[in-house]
Amino acid sequence: MNAESFEIKAYPEMWNDLGMDVERFDKMRLMLGEIYRKTYLTQQNRPARMAYFDGMIAEIHGGRIKELLAAKAEGRPVIGTFCVYIPEELVLAAGGVCVGLCGGSQGSVPDAEKILPRNICPMVKSAFGFKAGRICPYFQAVDFVYGETTCDAKKKTWEILDTMVPTYVMEIPQMKKQSDREMWFHEVKEFKAKVEEVAGKEVTVEGLNLAVKVMNNKRRALQRLNTLRHTQPTPISGKDVLLVEQIAFYDEPVRFASRVNELCDELEKRIAAGEAVPSKDAVRIMVAGVPMALPNWKLHHLVEGAGAVIVNEESCIGTRYYKDLMAEDCKDMEAILTDLTRRYMNIDCSCFTPNDERIDQVLKEFRESQADGIIHYSLQFCHTYNVEEIRIREACAREGIPYMFIESDYSPEDVGQIQTRVEAFLEQIRG
Amino acid sequence: MAKTQEAEKKIFVGVDLGSRAIKVAAWQGGKLVDFKIRESGFEPHRQVQEMIQEYDPCTVMATGYGRHLVKEYFAYEVITEIKAHALGVHTLLPAATTVVDIGGQDSKVISLNAKGQVVNFQMNDKCAAGTGRFLEIMAASLAYPLSEFGPASLESDQEVQINSMCTVFAESEVISMKNRGVPRQHIARAVHASVADRILSMLNRVGYGDTIAFSGGVANNPCIVEMVRRSLGDVRVIVPENPSIIGAIGASIEAARQQVKA
Repeated sequence: MNAESFEIKAYPEMWNDLGMDVERFDKMRLMLGEIYRKTYLTQQNRPARMAYFDGMIAEIHGGRIKELLAAKAEGRPVIGTFCVYIPEELVLAAGGVCVGLCGGSQGSVPDAEKILPRNICPMVKSAFGFKAGRICPYFQAVDFVYGETTCDAKKKTWEILDTMVPTYVMEIPQMKKQSDREMWFHEVKEFKAKVEEVAGKEVTVEGLNLAVKVMNNKRRALQRLNTLRHTQPTPISGKDVLLVEQIAFYDEPVRFASRVNELCDELEKRIAAGEAVPSKDAVRIMVAGVPMALPNWKLHHLVEGAGAVIVNEESCIGTRYYKDLMAEDCKDMEAILTDLTRRYMNIDCSCFTPNDERIDQVLKEFRESQADGIIHYSLQFCHTYNVEEIRIREACAREGIPYMFIESDYSPEDVGQIQTRVEAFLEQIRG
Repeated sequence: MAKTQEAEKKIFVGVDLGSRAIKVAAWQGGKLVDFKIRESGFEPHRQVQEMIQEYDPCTVMATGYGRHLVKEYFAYEVITEIKAHALGVHTLLPAATTVVDIGGQDSKVISLNAKGQVVNFQMNDKCAAGTGRFLEIMAASLAYPLSEFGPASLESDQEVQINSMCTVFAESEVISMKNRGVPRQHIARAVHASVADRILSMLNRVGYGDTIAFSGGVANNPCIVEMVRRSLGDVRVIVPENPSIIGAIGASIEAARQQVKA
């Protein structure tokens, strides 16, 4: 990809038809293009197959939106989400499309702060602001938004968001007792009915089994990518893998999986040839914690700018989304829905108490990724991750794993401080 | 032999480009031979250039907030303030295993192992509370020259409290105390206590050994050091002769070390 000629394509007529604030959105498009150029296209020795993902960014406000609108024209529902708890298999089985909504940018925070309190999670504020300011084509294109009850800021914001765009809320329990499993199973059935109603189409066993395979294949492709980057030395930058993981939330799943597998084929060749990014002796960092919604590349950019490489994201944007698969070819609807509930209950979000599985998972991923240290990354006001951080820190101290905690938001004001802390952490690891 | 003599003659310069001041240390033959401190202004790299001119030829190692700027122009390498202060303290005061560095823009607690390597550190949040800048603003608000601010508050024996950690809000608290007629040395003491409390909570988070060394400009303030010392009881709290230049010294030592390795 030629850095000079890269631009995010403009579709002012379509944006206008979607009821967007076109003038303002066009400025954001230019800014995003500039940030992308600086953050991504200045990297050296990128895999050639990243070109597809560069293209997905170039078409983020156009090409993909056109596909969503075409799906809608066929009567297929488009459902916006913010969370890995959405049972995507059910949406696909009803012929629908799942799309991750915008929520990773400081640009929309002032829109949210006109209404929401200032002292809440930046992701919630950013997402809400994108809708309030009419500056996200995905928000404008969806039939409804899938919300959940994973945190207080979200669950109360859904009530306000619902006045702007229909918002369906699925209750996620906070514990994993038998009664919680039963409740969740019931919630899954209700969500299925909701999707069927919007799609005007019943979810069949056949259709759902097929959707399970599509999602499993997509998650397998991401697992394969993650395993390959764990190689020492790593064949791909952490920034590039993060980008692929972010695009996973809005791309068409079958095409996406095949493109990720093509990238993996290339990485296997690189590994065989001993090609490393950025250098063979770069310090390897694993990131754990909260999701990094597009275009939140702040931490990865700082860490890799300081000469280290990120080799794992234990996060909703990373392994938490793709580590668990579903059973294939189940015989009846009850069996599939039971397995679906099992799979989604395995997700170790910090909204649960207790959540010991996550501590074990962090340590397991640390070993698998051959990392030299862990940075726990939390967003401001994310109480569950911020408090659970204590247990991760204690586990790292017990295991002798170099560890650092960073709490931040989307604003650039703390970049200088975080840079100093990241560089000092790398010095500490290098000894 | 000739090679050793050559290495002895070589000057290693540490530049600490901080938010409030530029510090330069010249290290030669294993000891500090010169240092300079100047308030940092606009285009600080030009100031640095002037300050180090006389040491030419030398190897420059940069640290502090402006380290990458210095590297762009003439530094050989950069290290963070955290490593620089650790090295500086470890070389000059080897008994210390904990460093409290309070600079203009941030404060840090650094824990060292016996070799002087950083094993853990903590930095203040992104705001200015608990930093040199905070003390400067409060001193100005109480019409004290900075050098008299610490000594004046040592004269107070009144427990007055400032509750806000935010510089802006703390300043309005100070103003309202002034307007209630609270004597200014008592307010000064409260300001110092709020900074000392922040440092103590960071020390408790990181953990500390039996000897704590102060570094950075705020170590020149006798009241902060005394308040921390009193709260810690048996722990030895020591302050080097010129605490503001510890970071620059650490950087110059690192320049010498890297030269030996190369």
